[in-house]
Amino acid sequence: MSDLEDDIILSELNDEDLVAQMFDDLYDGLKEEIEEGVNILLERGWEPYRVLTEALVGGMTIVGNDFRDGILFVPEVLLAANAMKGGMAILKPLLAETGAPRVGKMVIGTVKGDIHDIGKNLVGMMMEGAGFEIVDLGINNSVEDYFAALDEEEPDILGMSALLTTTMPYMKVVIDQLVAKGRRDDYTVLVGGAPLNEEFGKAIGADAYCRDAAVAVETAKEFMARKHNQLAAG
Amino acid sequence: MSSTDNALTKLLASRDWLLADGATGTELFNMGLQSGDAPELWNADHPDRIKALYEGPVKAGSDIFLTNSFGGNASRLKLHDAQSRVFELNKRAAEIGREVADAAGRTVVVAGSMGPTGDIMEPVGTLSHAAAVEMFHEQAEGLKAGGADVLWVETISAPEEMKAAAEGIALTGMPWCGTMSFDTAGRTMMGVTAPALAAQMDRLKHPPIAFGANCGVGASDLLRTVLGFGETPKHVIAKGNAGIPKYHDGHIHYDGTPELMADYAVLARDAGATIIGGCCGTTPEHLRHMREALETRTANGKPSLDQITQALGGFSSESDGTDGKGPGARKARAGGRRRATA
Repeated sequence: MSDLEDDIILSELNDEDLVAQMFDDLYDGLKEEIEEGVNILLERGWEPYRVLTEALVGGMTIVGNDFRDGILFVPEVLLAANAMKGGMAILKPLLAETGAPRVGKMVIGTVKGDIHDIGKNLVGMMMEGAGFEIVDLGINNSVEDYFAALDEEEPDILGMSALLTTTMPYMKVVIDQLVAKGRRDDYTVLVGGAPLNEEFGKAIGADAYCRDAAVAVETAKEFMARKHNQLAAG
Repeated sequence: MSSTDNALTKLLASRDWLLADGATGTELFNMGLQSGDAPELWNADHPDRIKALYEGPVKAGSDIFLTNSFGGNASRLKLHDAQSRVFELNKRAAEIGREVADAAGRTVVVAGSMGPTGDIMEPVGTLSHAAAVEMFHEQAEGLKAGGADVLWVETISAPEEMKAAAEGIALTGMPWCGTMSFDTAGRTMMGVTAPALAAQMDRLKHPPIAFGANCGVGASDLLRTVLGFGETPKHVIAKGNAGIPKYHDGHIHYDGTPELMADYAVLARDAGATIIGGCCGTTPEHLRHMREALETRTANGKPSLDQITQALGGFSSESDGTDGKGPGARKARAGGRRRATA
């Protein structure tokens, strides 16, 4: 790249150009530039929630779509998500202060016996990018671990991930326990992982199987919208 | 050990194709492995079951079988608090294999399985190159000590991890094979295309005897990947799943029939693979059908993509990732973006 291109000064761009530039910077995983962009928009009087939805969520939607379409892969998405996290760190306390609308809350974790957390982390990051609150339980979660988190966090969504044929049946163990305790309908249960498919998700009693992080976000939004409609109707 | 005096190279020199093995994880489930438990612990706790696991493919006609050590690196075993047992569990995995192979009455290759660490490597992730090399080296030493003929790196998605595995293995001087899992729109999860893996394997200082694809999505996708490797002086490995997983009565089973896997095996050979096996869901029954098909059906020349989908079903994605629409291309097209200063 030439020096000329390195000379873009974010603070000299108008709002529209700045947001467009932030989309590009998110796509390229430039964390410092995203932090700078967020601060400039806040200084210009943007509400934190507007910065989140229009600049960050907007940019991550493009990243998510290209990931879904096989144009971007895990390394690029991780870099983008890392850049977004930089912006989120600035916005998070402000969002809480200003009482911004709550999109939804998700508890997510990889099941017992499984160390793999790449896909799960991607889902967590993309969900955060879409405005969800995420509680990440990490890897190797037993039924007890999941229930402790559900009790503590009272999430809308439970997300489970597994990458091995030896660990994917454990998702059913967790869902069966939810059913046994009469709590299955309290949560939207989303599952994912490379060896899974839609039929498997149905067979174990999940609400949906999500092929990738972008689909997880879309699915989560859909279920949250349904929930809101039901509450409104009820 | 020179590059030619190992059992695999010798066998490859005497045959047009070799039959590798099938599934490990799904087979162990049928023997009572509980979801979430580490299969590698059985090398010490239930050697009889591991012996039975190995005997399945050997009796079905496999020329090569992989040891029960896929998750036998420190990073994976740590989950089960067994990170201090890497050498022991891998050595046991290979010892039991040696015993089964030597009793086969023909040459059977014991391939020491080495799966991914599960960590993402620097700079995107946290695992350093040096740490990865050390982990693979430790595992390789155990497999070597147990008497493995070759080492077999599989289901890798990142080129950095394949490189680290090659370096760790080089420290033992063992011959090796390496396969990646192409499960995301024709590429690996990390975006590696088939030609990119072929090129990487050419560049390695301690190059493998054979490279290829394992696991991934279905048999069709796997063969498209094999075609994508193009002309290569190395042997090519095809180890595809027996269809896709279904959940039934608390068990996972894959929906690919033995007949389908027989068609897949012949197409894999015609596509240029010389080491042909299955992955998840592939039972000894599948392997028997594959062996019979390879022995009885004549070569037909390289299959077209249409012939593959007609025989085995459609692809999971339109492209195999080599149409220039990947990450690099997008960035070049967009232009005008600033480069990260870090």
